[in-house]
Amino acid sequence: MPQQRETLDQPEAPGASAPPETTGIPSAPGEAAAESPHGGRDDRAVVRDALGVGVAVGLSGFAFGVTAAGAGVSLAQTCALSLFVFTGASQFALVGALAAGGGPLTAAAGAFFLSFRNAFYGLRLSRLLGLRGSVRLAAAHWVIDETSAVALAQRGQHAVRLGFTVTGATLFVLWNLTTLIGALGAGALGDTDTWGLDAAGPAAFLALLAPMLRTGSERATAALAVALGLGLLPVLPAGVPVLAAALAAPLVLLVHGRTLPRRRAAREAERTTTEEAR
Amino acid sequence: MSVWIAIGATALGCYLVKLLGLSVPAGVLERPLVQRLAGLLPVALLAALIAQQTFADQVSLVLDARAAGLAAAAAALALRAPFLVVVAAAVLVTAGVRALG
Repeated sequence: MPQQRETLDQPEAPGASAPPETTGIPSAPGEAAAESPHGGRDDRAVVRDALGVGVAVGLSGFAFGVTAAGAGVSLAQTCALSLFVFTGASQFALVGALAAGGGPLTAAAGAFFLSFRNAFYGLRLSRLLGLRGSVRLAAAHWVIDETSAVALAQRGQHAVRLGFTVTGATLFVLWNLTTLIGALGAGALGDTDTWGLDAAGPAAFLALLAPMLRTGSERATAALAVALGLGLLPVLPAGVPVLAAALAAPLVLLVHGRTLPRRRAAREAERTTTEEAR
Repeated sequence: MSVWIAIGATALGCYLVKLLGLSVPAGVLERPLVQRLAGLLPVALLAALIAQQTFADQVSLVLDARAAGLAAAAAALALRAPFLVVVAAAVLVTAGVRALG
């Protein structure tokens, strides 16, 4: 469906919004940078940021390959996950749920819910990238934490597109390559539990979760989810307790949303979503 | 076979979620309540997954070497270590505790 171009009347983070004049027709390279109120960061700086994030995170595909192999997922299946799912937290969640004996669709549901945040990245990227048709269909596969963080930090359509593309390409190539190496390496190790590799998954999740725990409601949600996830473990089928623990989010929102004055809640939400993009 | 079904369902679902964001008109998902829920959902899921993958053995709760590994990961995070170092700390400490035990 064709995207309606509209003026940016919603408040957005500095650095996350393009100047209105660049949201129209795709601008020529260099033009966007020239329009930038910051005087323009040159392409090399954008590429350097993008490569830094892409390389650092791309290498952690190794941890995923190792974890998947330890969870009893085959080499082809592990590589298929990195190629076609390509959103790390969901991949770790899926192999963890399968290893715990969860049914395929229950395991997939947990991974699916975990990827919801990507829709919100896409929402903000869509106006800035200004993509249509088949290019948009292809670009969607790369809408993840890291590409969004780099792209949303740029000013102007040219820089946003460059940051998104370089981060996406670097990450996609390295993530898949290191997944393969990790899975092959873990296979050669034999019993991966002896090597402590079953701790790689939860540690990776902890590294993802830690920066999200800033406000009281976020900590309350995490605590309630832990209680639900562990408490329901003996009584619900494998994989389902994690989905039930997701209810901690609306529950905390229900309680916390009422105690906050409307205005403050809105401002907090704004700040939260802004900081997520970093 | 069931693993392939899980992979197929996850790949399709995750792709459609990514595409959704790029395709819906702005404003639909921009309500503060929807955004807050989207922000808290991964917090809940990640926290539950960490707890289960650390303290669960099938359907029973256990305290084993993985807990020491997770504590090492938390310590590494507190020291602002990079992602791979955090994961490596958890793996090494878990393996070490198992070797000693």
